[in-house]
Amino acid sequence: MSMQLPDHENTFQHKIDVEIKVEPKDWMPEAYRKTLVRQISQHAHSEIVGMLPEGNWISRAPSLKRKAILIAKVQDEAGHGLYLYSACETLGTTREETINDLHSAKAKYSSIFNYPTLTWADMGAVGWLVDGAAILNQVMLCRTSYGPYARAMVRICKEESFHQRQGFDILLTLSRGTAVQKEMCQDAINRWWWPSLMMFGPKDSESTNTDQSMKWKIKRKTNDELRQQFVDMCAEQVRILNMILPDKDLKWNATTQHYDFGEIEWNEFWNVVKGNGPCNKQRLEARRKAHEEGEWVREAAAAYAEKRKTKPQTPKGALAAA
Amino acid sequence: MNITIRKYYYGDIPDDNSGETANSSPEGGGREGAWPLWEVFIRSKQGLDHKHAGSLHAADARMAIENARDVYTRRNEGISIWVVESKYIHASSPDEAESFYEPAADKIYRHPTFYDLPDEVKHM
Ligand SMILES: [Fe+2]
Ligand SMILES: [Fe+2]
Repeated sequence: MSMQLPDHENTFQHKIDVEIKVEPKDWMPEAYRKTLVRQISQHAHSEIVGMLPEGNWISRAPSLKRKAILIAKVQDEAGHGLYLYSACETLGTTREETINDLHSAKAKYSSIFNYPTLTWADMGAVGWLVDGAAILNQVMLCRTSYGPYARAMVRICKEESFHQRQGFDILLTLSRGTAVQKEMCQDAINRWWWPSLMMFGPKDSESTNTDQSMKWKIKRKTNDELRQQFVDMCAEQVRILNMILPDKDLKWNATTQHYDFGEIEWNEFWNVVKGNGPCNKQRLEARRKAHEEGEWVREAAAAYAEKRKTKPQTPKGALAAA
Repeated sequence: MNITIRKYYYGDIPDDNSGETANSSPEGGGREGAWPLWEVFIRSKQGLDHKHAGSLHAADARMAIENARDVYTRRNEGISIWVVESKYIHASSPDEAESFYEPAADKIYRHPTFYDLPDEVKHM
């Protein structure tokens, strides 16, 4: 109230308040742009790095069907990365800068992808829990205030639901299998449960800065709201698997109409964020290697395009051609 | 031990929480030789307009079309693709939007609801 915002900032906030989306060429506060660039690029990097733990199992999937599904899912994630990199570019950053920031470790990505995928059951747990947590966040982001980000999210959400279902399907199959398969299933859930809860970020009560992202409607739900929603969903779904979530404090609370759950190991979380997770080094090295080894392909494609410039490429105008 | 915890949301880790040292990227971020940006338009089925679907980088038009197929039509979303290099798109300015579209605002007689006709008039 006491703080006087400049006129254009008032107009901007008013637009946000009445749910008018912000588009690339509109005026926006520099901090809004910066927040979006950081958040969207981190989101994009998460999709790209997220391909690695699952890519690890493509050649070892237990059947042709599972292999085809896993390839399709990983390919979707590459697409998600592209939609988000494109949304990021509308804010005036170049693709090269954004990708260089990942490779130089300046930019972050979701810590969940710094955990290893040890058994085939992990493909199930990742789909069910990791994609499941991502979906809750992404469904909320379909209503984010920045137009290109919101549109990318709508596209992504349409593709995500198969990811979670195929994961649950893998776990369901294992849960109905041999004793060893059941054990694998429970073990994967045990290892992925807590890191998945951490995906939503620190507790709301531990916030020290004002909640500008909520005011700008970049985010529309708090970390704790989303996390609670996730716990409530999973606590029910896990029963269908005849498995348990590894939390002795997990129980239904009739007063709050939600599940209570135990304390998260926040030291582990910050440790992984700071680069000391089990796979941080490996993930970045894999990304850098792929980029470097793809150099000749990029060069060859550019040379080929140059050569083709001498010949007409598209028959007449697109309108006539279509 | 004193850890300062700052709130961040999923996909929004503050820059200053970076644990590793960042090597600064070469100036310009290696813009040299980068593939141009293309806008992709897709006709989802016969009889409908092409609609903007997104954008991508590609070395030339053919590669842009092939990449657009791989990215934007994996689930039968399209039967025809247009691509155009983004630099060829010209747009109206949002700063002038108010005056630019103003002339349409006071011509309510362009809408059928402007005409108050007796109820007996059918099929109109
Ligand atoms: Fe994704
Ligand atoms: Fe996914």
